[in-house]
Amino acid sequence: MTYLHNIGAYFLMIVEMFRKPTKWTVMKQLILKDIDDLIIGSLGIVAFISFFVGGVVTIQTALNIDSPLIPKYLVGFATRQSIILEFAPTFMSIIMAGKVGSFITSSIGTMRVTEQIDALEVMGINSLNYLVFPKFIALLLYPFIISIAMFLGILGGMAACVYGGFSSLEDYNVGIQTDFETFHVIYAFIKTIVFAFILATIPSFHGYYMKGGALEVGKASTTSFVWTSVVIIILNYFLTQMLLSS
Amino acid sequence: MIEVTNLHKSFGDVEVLKGISTTFEKGKTNLIIGQSGSGKTVFLKCLLGLFDYEQGAIAYDGKVFAKLTEDEKRNIRAEIGMVFQGSALFDSMTIAQNVMFPLKMFTNQSKSEMEDRVNFVLKRVNLDTAHNKMPSEASGGMQKRVAIARAIVNNPKYLFCDEPNSGLDPKTAIVIDNLIQEITDEYQITTVINSHDMNSVMEIGEKIVFLRNGLKAWEGSNKTIFKTDNEVVTDFVYSSNLFKKVRKMYIEENE
Repeated sequence: MTYLHNIGAYFLMIVEMFRKPTKWTVMKQLILKDIDDLIIGSLGIVAFISFFVGGVVTIQTALNIDSPLIPKYLVGFATRQSIILEFAPTFMSIIMAGKVGSFITSSIGTMRVTEQIDALEVMGINSLNYLVFPKFIALLLYPFIISIAMFLGILGGMAACVYGGFSSLEDYNVGIQTDFETFHVIYAFIKTIVFAFILATIPSFHGYYMKGGALEVGKASTTSFVWTSVVIIILNYFLTQMLLSS
Repeated sequence: MIEVTNLHKSFGDVEVLKGISTTFEKGKTNLIIGQSGSGKTVFLKCLLGLFDYEQGAIAYDGKVFAKLTEDEKRNIRAEIGMVFQGSALFDSMTIAQNVMFPLKMFTNQSKSEMEDRVNFVLKRVNLDTAHNKMPSEASGGMQKRVAIARAIVNNPKYLFCDEPNSGLDPKTAIVIDNLIQEITDEYQITTVINSHDMNSVMEIGEKIVFLRNGLKAWEGSNKTIFKTDNEVVTDFVYSSNLFKKVRKMYIEENE
């Protein structure tokens, strides 16, 4: 019953988020601030993780290819497919649910605890539009982060492959260009946009509707991470089924 | 003026407000007092429109809030200033930005006009050197004064304060009380204060509404509260020995 109530409240929150828009001059500043906090602020960790995970994927693939009949360029091919199809859009989103999602839940939750949201409501401001809408708009730039993750993942793979002595640069380059399908990148970006919406709204929901004090802010951040990850994984399954299996 | 008629509010099966009727007058500091759990905060949140209520009416200068359109409600809310118990300043903004916030949201003033108004209001609350401080760098008393400055910056017609003295030392509490009373008188605001502080009751309670178990148990002023025979009120207000002595002395002096 609580789950149904929360699902209903979540969709009502989304509707409310688009109503009674905040003055554009104020909203513009909020969007820029959220782009800085959520997008620019995540670039470092995304770059770091992507580069090294790309390297690990390459090493794992190379070490598991025993047969001399399998061409060397398969390492580059497998790395590209893993990074573009799953690692960058899906697993980076789960990492972002921890980084960005926790930030959103705790910042909105703290505003709830310290009555800052009540202060907005008393002034006649639609607090959901003021707090959640700019995050949603900022996260529309999320595909930009994922593009960087894709590029650095493949680059990390190349570095690991060449400097680890698993195959030559030429073989790796052939591999990452073999059987390239543009739709795979489109599929990744479709997933990314859906996950961006989830990343903006589920953590906001958990922060906005939390009750209690500082301890509950921490609990809400954890719950928000769990639910954001669960929804991303479930949607990933259905989107993959819909977009790739036809 | 704010008129409240037969206000009922429940949470599930628990009826918190059981039919409160009263009037908060313009240009006066109106205090809501009562024990913890008496319904003061719920009453204040109903007045602010943060809680819906099942029965009754709240009218701001004759306009019944529940019957207004969304735009009209927004206009009324833009005329409300609120000082929260914990100040509720926006952490990410400086003190000056906090005070400027309602002007940015509800007026079309130029930047220099807004800055002039912010300077004037911060000076009015004796904070003219704290513009660029963050709320976390300000003391409790300063935060309360910033909250008052933010509440009055847009010339509100109604000012609500939830426990404005909580957590403050007695001297700072008196400064805040006096500031609220001066502003109320100066700008002819309808001020409603939710308070536990008996000093505030004695000093600035031009109208006092005493709540008990969700009902209005007594209504009067800081003049009449000394003379009341209502045991419920005297038990609450004069619960400390100091206030018992003050009351005794007051009655003896006036006999």
